[in-house]
Amino acid sequence: MMSEWRTYSLEDFLLFSPRTYWRLFELHNAEFWPLQIAVFILGVTMLALALRPGQWSGRTVFLILAVMWAWVGWSFLWHRYATINWAIIYVVPIFFVEAFLLIVGGKGRDPGPDRSFPRIAGFLLVLYALFLHPLIAPSSGRPVEAMEIFGMAPDPTAIATLGIILMHASSARVTWLLLPIPLVWCLLSGFTLLALNAWESWLPFGAAGIALTAQIRPRTIRHKV
Amino acid sequence: MSPSRRTVLKGALGSLASIIFPQIPSAQERPFEPPIQKRIPSSGELIPCVGLGTWITFNVGEDAELRNECAAVMEAFFAAGGRVIDSSPMYGSSQSVVGYGLEKLGEHSGVFSADKVWISSADEGPAQIEQSRRYWQVQRFDLLQVHNLVAWESHLNTLFEMKAAGRLGYVGITTSEGRRHDLFERVMRTYPLDFIQITYNIVDRKVESRILPLAEDRGIAVIANRPFQRKALIRRLEGKPLPEWADEIEAGSWAQFILKYIVSHPAITVAIPATTRADHVRENLAAASIPLPDPAMRRRMAEYVQRL
Repeated sequence: MMSEWRTYSLEDFLLFSPRTYWRLFELHNAEFWPLQIAVFILGVTMLALALRPGQWSGRTVFLILAVMWAWVGWSFLWHRYATINWAIIYVVPIFFVEAFLLIVGGKGRDPGPDRSFPRIAGFLLVLYALFLHPLIAPSSGRPVEAMEIFGMAPDPTAIATLGIILMHASSARVTWLLLPIPLVWCLLSGFTLLALNAWESWLPFGAAGIALTAQIRPRTIRHKV
Repeated sequence: MSPSRRTVLKGALGSLASIIFPQIPSAQERPFEPPIQKRIPSSGELIPCVGLGTWITFNVGEDAELRNECAAVMEAFFAAGGRVIDSSPMYGSSQSVVGYGLEKLGEHSGVFSADKVWISSADEGPAQIEQSRRYWQVQRFDLLQVHNLVAWESHLNTLFEMKAAGRLGYVGITTSEGRRHDLFERVMRTYPLDFIQITYNIVDRKVESRILPLAEDRGIAVIANRPFQRKALIRRLEGKPLPEWADEIEAGSWAQFILKYIVSHPAITVAIPATTRADHVRENLAAASIPLPDPAMRRRMAEYVQRL
């Protein structure tokens, strides 16, 4: 059986064409317009709250993310992506698990300045997910209507989540509780895009790499010292 | 029935014209000519030797624009004389898109419906088959195959029972990319299969040594999947010139060159290229025409492609 598995390539697991895949985002945005504006405002609010941690903002930031994970899981994965990829049905519950973990385990850090590497890397990831990731579609020749927006599409939602966790999690325990699912999604999405021969595959891979490096590197340095 | 005087005269004038004007129009330029049909050994039924695959190309979900494009591909396919459409529960929404096209075109009677059962639980096989039938919106399937030999013993029992009860035309098994050929051969020798489906094209020729001769011996029809290696073969050959002698078999493109190679094998009943374009469907069906390469030409074709 193992030798049989070796005969499969990444493309063997691909069920749809690039055009069908990219059009999912176009149709999704068209169906829910102008919800994107409200979701974008929520995203910016989330970033602002994470930058200025206060008594009530810690939970609020994770609550916003939890709503986004549940919404994207239900509206995009279940109702749209699963129509062309039956395997996604098994991923939907994982999005709900992440939403649950964000609600029950998401504790924000204490107020006060912090310019450590994980915080800066996290801030840059959130900036990218909110403002730059949506521009990938039009800059790759796809219509503006096909933009992947935080809170509407899974990739920018997962990347922003990685960033917020790095910026805002109160402890390593909270970070490691919340980090695995967005990391796994980034890998899944990266491999899907790789099978589609899309250069964009490096974006979720890169985000996952940055998040992991930012989380592991400071500890390694401390350990060596 | 003896040919009418008009037919004889038309034929004679045609022969005379071909002597005066030796330039032969390509298969695509000629007026409509029905595709070559091949016989299903177990029944003697004739089916066109180029069909339509649906993997990836027909998995377009609920996208209305793309569903209509698929229906247009099917319309071109039927108009060019095609009949065999192959799908599977594994191909996402492809089955329901085929059903949508059949309903839109009113072609339920013209299609030769080939689908698969693909589920590891033997008990759930009949329910999956019924769900597939509903997606296709057909009374019954012409052919059902056990996909990639998943739970093959139980599913074959189900399929033979369905056939015996008149709820199915033919029974088959499939594999792809040369996987599990030993088991595949064993099933071919043990069960009274009507069809097998394997990967076969001008570069993937592993089945020529054992599987295809065995199919001929056992009187099993053969469906050739992945004729273009999911476009990779066409991309590899794009930009390279067809040999001048491709004119001898009236192959006007690499797609036709490859398809003519596949369907000219005596054991092959039908090749099932998949496409999203109506013009490609017409080009594919046009390859199912005389002249087909003889064994010497087939060797020459394979050697030529190997050298590129």
